[in-house]
Amino acid sequence: MKVQDFDPRDYLRLNQFPHFLCPGCGHGIALRALVWAIHELELSLDKMAFVSGIGCSGRLTAYIDSNTFHVTHGRPIAFATGIALTRPDLKVVVITGDGDCLAIGGNHLIHACRRNLEMTCLMLNNEVYGMTGGQVSPTTTELRFTPTTPEGNIEPVFDACELARSAGAGMVGREVTLQTPALKNLIREALQHKGFSFIEVISDCTEIYGRKNDLGSSPEMILSQKSSIRPDSYGNVVDVPFRPNFLQTGILSENERPEYGEAYRGRILKQAPAEQSSSK
Amino acid sequence: MSGSFSLQSLQGNHACALGAIQAGCRFYAGYPITPSSEIAERMALELPKVEGYFIQMEDELASMGAILGASMGGTKAMTATSGPGFSLKQENLGYASAVEIPCVVVNVMRGGPSTGMPTRPAQADLMQARWGSHGDHPVIVLAPDSVQEIHQQTIRAFDLAEQFRVPVVVIFDEALGHLQETVDLSSAEKEQRVMRKWADKSEKDFQPYAITEDGIPAMARPGDGFRVHTTGLTHAESGFPSQKPEVVERNMDRLLGKLERNRSTIEAWEAFECEDAELLVVGVGISARSARSAVRRARRMGIRAGLFRPITLWPFPEEALRNQLDGVRSIIVPELNAGQLVTEIERICPESIEVKPLNRVDGEAIPPADILTLLKEQGEKVR
Repeated sequence: MKVQDFDPRDYLRLNQFPHFLCPGCGHGIALRALVWAIHELELSLDKMAFVSGIGCSGRLTAYIDSNTFHVTHGRPIAFATGIALTRPDLKVVVITGDGDCLAIGGNHLIHACRRNLEMTCLMLNNEVYGMTGGQVSPTTTELRFTPTTPEGNIEPVFDACELARSAGAGMVGREVTLQTPALKNLIREALQHKGFSFIEVISDCTEIYGRKNDLGSSPEMILSQKSSIRPDSYGNVVDVPFRPNFLQTGILSENERPEYGEAYRGRILKQAPAEQSSSK
Repeated sequence: MSGSFSLQSLQGNHACALGAIQAGCRFYAGYPITPSSEIAERMALELPKVEGYFIQMEDELASMGAILGASMGGTKAMTATSGPGFSLKQENLGYASAVEIPCVVVNVMRGGPSTGMPTRPAQADLMQARWGSHGDHPVIVLAPDSVQEIHQQTIRAFDLAEQFRVPVVVIFDEALGHLQETVDLSSAEKEQRVMRKWADKSEKDFQPYAITEDGIPAMARPGDGFRVHTTGLTHAESGFPSQKPEVVERNMDRLLGKLERNRSTIEAWEAFECEDAELLVVGVGISARSARSAVRRARRMGIRAGLFRPITLWPFPEEALRNQLDGVRSIIVPELNAGQLVTEIERICPESIEVKPLNRVDGEAIPPADILTLLKEQGEKVR
């Protein structure tokens, strides 16, 4: 597949443009990488379902020309479970954010990893609740300022990938929007994975979070994605870090655990005696 | 369920599960909670036999989300819970109302508030069932009063959900959930079950929330090529978000009007000894059963008493109640709460009719004798 073949507009609902993302927001790059991966895998958008929650990340589904569901805050994985289990003919992708996925929806992430039902979950991590004005999130870097941490954030950063790996996700990976082709390749791997695949996409909120913390312009923020996600200079002033100071990217873990839908169909449906349902 | 006995002795919760299977439910997601857990347990046993899916989710929110996902994918779906779980369901129940996803939610009511009395009956979620989720939203609530009726109304809940693209709540108290009675399961097999209207693949420029004559848009099945967007944001006919006042108003009118215009199909009630009644008892569930017994005894004593029992609790069959009010001097409203249904009766009745609440909040059902005593008292008063 040649790169030149790829035009993201073939996969987007152009009548929904101009999009509502802020200038410099990294979410658009993530969306591009996603449809690029779909293009390379030659997947049909008719046979896919995209489920998103609430927040900036949640709005992305509206731009994908497919079966798209913008559901309640924190619950996209729960909705996707109902779709993926009953419709194995559809490839299900969840698009969520750090607040949607790790705070209000944290429980669903843990159990989706444990169950290992086939779907791909993209968590766009911009470190804040951008939609509501940039409040602190579970992934806000220590000591940074937000409207709800006026003295700097004293909570340690949540390592979503470590959580997903520990909870048993079939595949876990992380990539930065700076390296769009690498992100595309990682999403491609995830879409082909048999089981629950979790990708943390390091994105940026330049307009709100960037300004508030004087992190520079959008290109400057993107360029520093790998170097200063957790600057060494911060040391361990707040707490024992939840993730290493050096940001690991690429596929971080993979396993061959049974896929939930297949296990259900293989064990539960096959073993149930046909009919005789209500008689004893 | 061919090959099975159509007459069975069942508890209410099991009759509910079997009714759901007969109605075509093929996906159940739930979370254990007393006194409704037998519904989940029976579904776990029955669904695999009909190639259906049962999944115990991590919490009540997820169960509600999962059944909506399954229903959007085209599978009839249900969940069941009790008060504390019902509170958690409200979030996604509102989503189902707003984006019009057919689904059935069963609430086996126990004593509240909060954790309350898990094993005791109550009827304290009657208003929550109507207004539990934020914003104006359509919902149908059915309130059976016997094991047979739990079976029937669960089936009807699926039919109504599919016909009107709304969540339907089936609500009954712990006493009925665990009551064991003989049920005829065969009635369901004589009727044709309802399935939602699917969008026609040949249709050009399909609008997922088109303003149609009946107000119920056809649903696009994912995978059929429609590529529709579904959002809990206020949306236009196209399915995409809109905050234009005229678009919002048009959609809300349709959303709320689709049930309002079809009240005659949705409303169901029982009028027992109402024709010449001077005294009326209005009640649901276990309280209605006590009331029926009290009305019988009152009649034997020469008191002209009757029972009006809404089977469709919401929308409340108010026209049907009004039609019974000729000659009625007083209405007694027994309910296992501090006074919920009574506010609706007071709203409907003219001031000339005295409305007497009869409440119990101690986890015990109201015995027929208590209703009879009040019937006698009121009988004296109106004479």
